[in-house]
Amino acid sequence: MAASNRIYVTEANEPIYGILAEFATPASVCHAAEAVRDAGYHKWDTFTPFPIHGMEEAMGVKRTKLPMLVAAGGFTGVGLAYLMQWWMSAVDYQMVTQGKPYHSWQAFVPITFELGILFSAFTAIIGMLALNGLPRWNHPLFKKERFLSSSDDRFFVCIEAGDTKFDPDRTRALLEKAGATSIELVEE
Amino acid sequence: MTIHPHPDDITSRRLAGLAQPAALGNDPDPSTGDGTLIDTPGVRPPLVLNNRSFGDVTNIICGYTENKVPVWWYPMAAMTAGLASLMGAFILYLVITGIGAWGLNNQVDWAWDITNFVFWIGIGHAGTLISAILCLLKQKWRTAVNRAAEAMTIFAVICAATFPGIHIGRQWMAWFLFPIPNANNIWPNFRSPLLWDVFAVSTYGTVSALFWFLGMVPDLATLRDRADRRLRQNPMGSPLVVPFLPLRVDQLRAYIYGFLSLGWRFSSRHWHRYEAAYLILAGISTPLVLSVHSIVSFDFATSIVPGWHTTIFPPYFVAGAIFGGFAMVLMLLIPARELYPNMKDFVTLRHLENMSKIILLTGSMVGFAYSMEFFIAWYGGNQFELYAFKNRAFGPYWWAYWTMISCNVISPQLFWNKKLRTTPAVIFFVSTLVTIGMWFERFVIIVTSLHRAYLPGEWGMFHPTPVDIGIFVGSIGLFLHLFLLFMRFIPMFAMAELKAVLPQASPHSHDDHAGAPDHGTSGQAAHAGGGH
Repeated sequence: MAASNRIYVTEANEPIYGILAEFATPASVCHAAEAVRDAGYHKWDTFTPFPIHGMEEAMGVKRTKLPMLVAAGGFTGVGLAYLMQWWMSAVDYQMVTQGKPYHSWQAFVPITFELGILFSAFTAIIGMLALNGLPRWNHPLFKKERFLSSSDDRFFVCIEAGDTKFDPDRTRALLEKAGATSIELVEE
Repeated sequence: MTIHPHPDDITSRRLAGLAQPAALGNDPDPSTGDGTLIDTPGVRPPLVLNNRSFGDVTNIICGYTENKVPVWWYPMAAMTAGLASLMGAFILYLVITGIGAWGLNNQVDWAWDITNFVFWIGIGHAGTLISAILCLLKQKWRTAVNRAAEAMTIFAVICAATFPGIHIGRQWMAWFLFPIPNANNIWPNFRSPLLWDVFAVSTYGTVSALFWFLGMVPDLATLRDRADRRLRQNPMGSPLVVPFLPLRVDQLRAYIYGFLSLGWRFSSRHWHRYEAAYLILAGISTPLVLSVHSIVSFDFATSIVPGWHTTIFPPYFVAGAIFGGFAMVLMLLIPARELYPNMKDFVTLRHLENMSKIILLTGSMVGFAYSMEFFIAWYGGNQFELYAFKNRAFGPYWWAYWTMISCNVISPQLFWNKKLRTTPAVIFFVSTLVTIGMWFERFVIIVTSLHRAYLPGEWGMFHPTPVDIGIFVGSIGLFLHLFLLFMRFIPMFAMAELKAVLPQASPHSHDDHAGAPDHGTSGQAAHAGGGH
């Protein structure tokens, strides 16, 4: 099964994406995640129908940078909105309305606020998708019919063959020991 | 389970939402309604009834969109579509004829159009309140109602946005509202609250839609996977979309839900960023929802019309919007939970009671605002202001004013009684009154303030024309039709969120329940019926 350049293939000579293990409960998948984390793997993931409390810790996931991105997006919105109103009202076409100064900053606050929110919202969604590598409509895992129940009531751990510590037998043994109810190879 | 658990253990399990009331099960204590109205301190009422497993939740909720269309759906859809086309026809007539087709006149130049705008945009506020503010407050019960409430928000914003759009007179120049260079090189007036409104409402509509879509991505992926699995097991299993075209319903589902779910694959690394994004959206939507109705109120408050020029407007409008929005959520969900099988397991009496309490609270806040307006009109010593308010209550529109007071201030007081606020029929009745009352509130504010100006020669009355009535009734049809489409094609509940609040979702539940029955897997199949 193993090849010399550490590209694993199945007996049908198809390259392997990884090993997929199924678990029945949130507790068992959390324990398995802790075991995989402690064994020192890096390219692996768990798949659960809903976000499980404490899974980030069990997997050793680092805190996302998303809030920083959103703050940057929000301040961009605020800045652009204010610049737009200032330039249009006080620079490009000066016109006295309601007896107010051309640069009447108090009146510019509501739109500045709204556009700050709008830009933050778009950054939050687009940033989340970009960091997650989505949209990606095709993935090796979708080939497995069993994997489809990750959207229903089953819990999965997948360790990728690209991980430096990946070894077909030892990785399988680790997942078996963690209490997997089924284990299978996923082709690329 | 141990017989004498350590006290700390009880507390921690209670905090984790794991403690189950003893009376629960097949025969709940009659005083607890369906088992969720339990008031014992320290006992957390269940959020989902009948010990549903994860699989049950998926089957029941996906069943609402996958099963045969319920018999009542087609006539309802046809009727509401008819009303919506009536709206379209009247709008066409209005655009061709001009806004003189409405009952507007020189004196009352804002009437039903702006009343309807504020009415609909107010209804939209409950959705964001449930999804954002209750999310930040960690109110877990929101998971059962947030999807429907958010959908309602978006449909209400669609209805609302129609009215200012057709009210401007030369509708083909609506794009002048946006900062786009026009033939005269003039930019919009950024000092006008009407322009703030354009930005507030369009931001609100966009952010609500994004929030709704973000929450829906995992649930659309569930529908995709179910269609995909059925296709793998039996490619010929589902009916053709139309005869003679080799495209099956499940293929269409797999394509459409697959496209919309963006390839979501339930990865925990993705969930981590997803939850961060969701929390951020909740955090920014909270000030947004408060700002939008404040800005709507500025349309009135920054003018110097007696009856409009008051500083109480922003908080009073926001409270009224939440009030009217929750009434609409209840009006939609109470019939839905009767019509759809097993929906009462998700929308429990506790949910209805909680929303009734919010109606009681916000209704009383609105009542306080009404009385405070009167007090300030007297205390402020401005004779025009005082006249405007006396005229509101005792002038020619007295009937509208007292309809508003009875519906908005008096009728919610029924909810002080626990029996009444937990009886769905009573809640539905009060919600209907509140919805009527909130429409009248906007009518009273707009029309009674305008119909008397400083000179008697400027006094007039407003009489609606069939075009006024047709467009308003049609907007109700449009709103209900969009909601029916939502119930048919989109998961009505946030499945992933509902599963996460089930007791068995905690990774500690099995450690704690050594020997307790496994909620998550087998043994619950007997309950799994209905959804298929």
